[in-house]
Amino acid sequence: MITSVHYVALSAVLLVIGTAGILTRRNLVVLLMSVELVLNAVNINLVTFGRHLHSDSGQIFALFVIADAVAEAAVGLALLIALFRNRQTVLADEVDSLRW
Amino acid sequence: MLDAVFFWAFALVVVAGALGTVTFRNPVHCAAALTASLIGVAGIFLLEGAEFLSVAQVIVYVGGIMVLFLFVIMLVNVGRAEQEHRFSHNAKLATAVSLGAGGFILYLLFSRPLQFAPINQAPSIVQGNTEQIGNALFTTYLLPFEIASVLLLAALIGSVVLARKRAEA
Repeated sequence: MITSVHYVALSAVLLVIGTAGILTRRNLVVLLMSVELVLNAVNINLVTFGRHLHSDSGQIFALFVIADAVAEAAVGLALLIALFRNRQTVLADEVDSLRW
Repeated sequence: MLDAVFFWAFALVVVAGALGTVTFRNPVHCAAALTASLIGVAGIFLLEGAEFLSVAQVIVYVGGIMVLFLFVIMLVNVGRAEQEHRFSHNAKLATAVSLGAGGFILYLLFSRPLQFAPINQAPSIVQGNTEQIGNALFTTYLLPFEIASVLLLAALIGSVVLARKRAEA
């Protein structure tokens, strides 16, 4: 029997994998992909609790999260192109000018 | 029964795709794995009765965002030498921290039942899922919907400005 707990557990696993990707990868493109993984984990959670509580709001919020993910990916990738044009790198640990 | 089979199949696709995204060496392979994972999430949405969201997931993510990612990967081609060390130097610590956090979440989840019971209210099966979402979106959530469209417009203009070639050079 598949219950809401299973879906939330899947969401937690996806969240952890995405977080590990954000923290460990050097390539900024893959970093942005990991952010998408985290946002999808959030979406599974929202839809699951929306169904658990018999409410439409979960799916509506998941829709808004998808819209936000689109905006985030577009701006993030544009920043990445600007960065590559100026510095010829997309590796996160080579862009540390702001860090002392 | 069939429910369980499909859940575990989709969950396997989601988790395997996510692991591939995080670990593959070549960014193009990462993008392919991420696509598989996102399609798996669409299947999970379908199982949960969110048909509209499932289709939107496929169209927006697989059709839109992944194409954008692949374009950018082609534009900013990193050399082979830079791909040798794909993880940062503190990767072990970061993996340990995220695994610890994940273990804690799963422990909290399984150590006790969900604290709130489902609200006793019959799910509206008269309306289709899409109609239901459309009604909610254009009545209760009209203001957030308009704000989201303004956000998308701002992101559109912002990304064009950011990615544009500088004229003064």
